[in-house]
Amino acid sequence: MAVPIQYNIRNLKLRKSATVMTALGIALTVTTAIFIMALLAGLNAAFKGSGDPLNVLVLRKGATAELSAGGVDRDSLPIMKELPGVARDAQGQPLVSGEDLLVVVLPRNDGTGETNVTVRFLTPTGIAMRPEVKLVAGRWFTPGQHEIVVSKSIHSRFAQANIGESIWIGKGPWNVVGIFDTGGSAHDSEIWGDVNQLSSDFDRPTFNSVLIRATDPVSADALKNRVNDDQRLKLNGMLETEYWAKQTNSGNPIKFVGTLVAIIMGIGSCFAAMNTMYAAVAYRSREIATLRVIGFSRPSIVTSFVFESVLLSLLGAVVGIVLMLPFNGMTTGTNNPVTFSEAVFSLRMTPSVVISAVVFAVVMGLFGGIAPAWHAARREILVALRD
Amino acid sequence: MTLIGFVRKNAFRNKRRSILTLLSISFSLLLLTVMMTVWRAFYMSEGSAESAQRLIVRHKVSLGQFLPISYREKIRSIAGVKQVVNESWFGGIYIDDKPKNFFAQFGTDPNEVFEVYTDFHIPADQLEAWKKDRAGCVVDAELAKTHGWKIGDRIPIKGTIFPVNLDLTLRGIFTAPLATQTLYFNNTYIDEGFPRIKGLVGFFSVLADSPQAVPQIAKDIDATFHSSDRPTKSESEKAFNLDFIAMMGNVKAFILSICAAVVFATLLVSANTMAMSIRERTREVALLKTLGFTRGTVLGLFMSEAVTLAAVGGLVGAVGASAIVFVLAHSPQMGLFFAGVKPNLATIVVAVLVGATVGLVSSFVPAYNASRGNIVEGLRHIG
Repeated sequence: MAVPIQYNIRNLKLRKSATVMTALGIALTVTTAIFIMALLAGLNAAFKGSGDPLNVLVLRKGATAELSAGGVDRDSLPIMKELPGVARDAQGQPLVSGEDLLVVVLPRNDGTGETNVTVRFLTPTGIAMRPEVKLVAGRWFTPGQHEIVVSKSIHSRFAQANIGESIWIGKGPWNVVGIFDTGGSAHDSEIWGDVNQLSSDFDRPTFNSVLIRATDPVSADALKNRVNDDQRLKLNGMLETEYWAKQTNSGNPIKFVGTLVAIIMGIGSCFAAMNTMYAAVAYRSREIATLRVIGFSRPSIVTSFVFESVLLSLLGAVVGIVLMLPFNGMTTGTNNPVTFSEAVFSLRMTPSVVISAVVFAVVMGLFGGIAPAWHAARREILVALRD
Repeated sequence: MTLIGFVRKNAFRNKRRSILTLLSISFSLLLLTVMMTVWRAFYMSEGSAESAQRLIVRHKVSLGQFLPISYREKIRSIAGVKQVVNESWFGGIYIDDKPKNFFAQFGTDPNEVFEVYTDFHIPADQLEAWKKDRAGCVVDAELAKTHGWKIGDRIPIKGTIFPVNLDLTLRGIFTAPLATQTLYFNNTYIDEGFPRIKGLVGFFSVLADSPQAVPQIAKDIDATFHSSDRPTKSESEKAFNLDFIAMMGNVKAFILSICAAVVFATLLVSANTMAMSIRERTREVALLKTLGFTRGTVLGLFMSEAVTLAAVGGLVGAVGASAIVFVLAHSPQMGLFFAGVKPNLATIVVAVLVGATVGLVSSFVPAYNASRGNIVEGLRHIG
């Protein structure tokens, strides 16, 4: 027969100060763990959610990132436009976009210094190939003008990134004419401008990358292989989704440090929970003996105390989750080691983050509870009753 | 029995509780110490004397953009500059892209690199051998040990930023004051493999006459190239490294918030333990007072008990942290990030002090209540 749950709840209530303090300690650990997991979830979402399965990204052979030195010769663009399986827009133009990337230094508006920001140069066709990108204010740049459009998070994180102001890129100022929203994809860290205007400013012999849109997923795969095998091109094609998924390893240092921090804090909290439970057990040794006399078995007493410990840590988890809620959606940036420029992403308390946090707390409770519960059940009834 | 003996006996009378508390506090303070050590290395240490004498000149926009090699002689002609050498981050892949096989590779000029990095040491004959072999390379002693490389070994590196694959031969092994996880090779290898990049390099390392001259030299260099189409940003080696760290995100806020959470958690643990331990001894406290101990003495007794426990916890944590830091700084995965981080006595002392303060603050309320308690009620207490 199991000990009623009500028994544990009442006991936690009775020892209010100890319960609150232990739960708060666990809550702090849970908060730290959630913070780190939410950071990583945001980073993953920024990269993994990026790219369209129909788009094929083309880079120089051997290059792993768009900013690598040496890119795609401008002459190879017409060849790619004629490949079978390339989608066409309403006007019958092939959806192929040659793009250039530059990095500029912008001052952050919170006064913490300057950071590199990626500027992508493309054509209106390139914009159309990314239907997830929506204009939220102003207008798109006019081809042939020194005009740029900034992402929503660039707009909020950097001074100068307001409509009507201008940013110095290369040889002159480019006016900000609009703001776009990508719904949290990797382009969220970018500024967009006209590629033809860039090539007339600089004499660039190559594109950094070329994006090709396929008519359907099957031809996307075929297109990718065709680009790879074409002897004229000597290029490397990959699905856009694959490319961005690979970039997630920029979160590795955060992951490493974060896991270390969470584990160390978790072990500390485990000991604290154990302490509280040992005190609870010592305090109630006569009560436990009475329970045994009434007929509760050893296993049910162990279960009951482990359950009480888990309950305690669950309380901590709830407090921790509530404490972290205000930070959900907060935007921050980290450096993408491949591009040397900032990758903006937001803290995301996804359901899986919350569930992991609860599991983390339960594990702490389990480890903290097992030894004291074992101890409680093992005591000789007569000795305990005489206490 | 002396009062000190009394405190010591009481602090460990419930061994299990004391050990659990101690462990809990020491794990928290371990984390705190690691964070403080990192903080100190990043933001407070000045670096070696030689490092303070060096500047890095890079493209104003980013390390990803190149500078013409012709800048080298222009920089050399600036007053106060002793030596200049070009370096290019190669960013290639050795074996595979697993973190354990990651290390820094720079294309440079073998004739001058060790004259700028005066604190790096390489046997003269090995340096000569490297200068003679255009496909040769030299590596950090620590890195050579990690990968088990010996002089004469071949080290193939696949290019990612540059469309060049390097087939290098190890010609020398150098030692540096801090593990650098670095391989240097002759930059002409990149030039020949990828002619389009010829004449362009990543950045310049400059050795100044004296550390005092560094700020002025930086200004002069940037002024020289200000109106060219490739403007520069010059800064001391230390500032350059900090820039690199700042790119990881808001590291300062990250460290500070973790420290705050840790200290607060320790406070809760310690307060909880003291409250439990004092409640258990209500009758004893009354007895002490009956015997003539004043309230002040009772308060002092309990508080020094908590301080002892927390300070010992701090010490254990800090020593453990030093071990962790040592391991991290020597692990190839984190090598570049943790290269300058070293355990040091000052942080250990701070950790112990933090522990003691936490003990003091956390025990005040329960100890104060106990010392103020009614004697008669206390004697009647059944606990």
